[in-house]
Amino acid sequence: MNLRRDVFQAIADPTRRAILLLVATQSMTAGAIASNFDTARPTVSKHLQILTECELLTQEQNGREIYYYTNAQKMKEVADFIEPFRKMWDDRFNKLEAVMKKYNSKK
Amino acid sequence: MEQKTKVNAIDNKQEIVITREFDLPLELLFKAYEDPGLFEQWMETKVLKMENKKHGSYAFETSRNGTVVFRANGTIHEFVTNKKITRTFEMENTPFPVQLEFLEFEKLKNDTSKLTMHILFKSIEFRNQLMQMPFAQGINMAHNRLQEIVKKLK
Repeated sequence: MNLRRDVFQAIADPTRRAILLLVATQSMTAGAIASNFDTARPTVSKHLQILTECELLTQEQNGREIYYYTNAQKMKEVADFIEPFRKMWDDRFNKLEAVMKKYNSKK
Repeated sequence: MEQKTKVNAIDNKQEIVITREFDLPLELLFKAYEDPGLFEQWMETKVLKMENKKHGSYAFETSRNGTVVFRANGTIHEFVTNKKITRTFEMENTPFPVQLEFLEFEKLKNDTSKLTMHILFKSIEFRNQLMQMPFAQGINMAHNRLQEIVKKLK
């Protein structure tokens, strides 16, 4: 069941990133989250399960409903860990692309 | 929106994979790595040595306001034009051990290409330290980007 525990795998998916950002502003039920996406409800449930397994989301029972909210600590750990490094390479490669386009047009 | 540069760092492995798709033909992408003058421009460094061949070596150094702030060197194990470079990479005057890098260059369409950089570290700890080291200021940028995405969702 824990094949998907890897947190970076979890945030590599654009729908899952969108879910995290949606829930970041307020805790929501699975139904409310699903209504924001065109994706089928079971697909959204699967995403929620993966995000919960790797502790990016936490569930909280409130009466009959289960609310999802983001685990800020975990989110921060992940964002701080990988994003600046990715950004550095992204900037570097953007530069490479610009340099080579200029070089090519001069030929 | 899909990110152009992706970094995959699996929790319990001492490696990372960086991938990037370029809006450039394969030959131009490779040339950016092969030609010292071009390499200097995009890496913003000075190439001291670059022997692009099996058993060759390379070294570069970066200065800010006349002071050398960074030096790195390595040995080239494989150099196949428009295809791959296998090399070691070592940062001088740091506690970081040498790392092994596999660079693969692929043609996508006539005018697009892809680079895959597979980097192996001595340990998971060194990998994590390296990824966290010099990028503190980048965190703000990451947060700004997060806010942009949040805005779009509203």
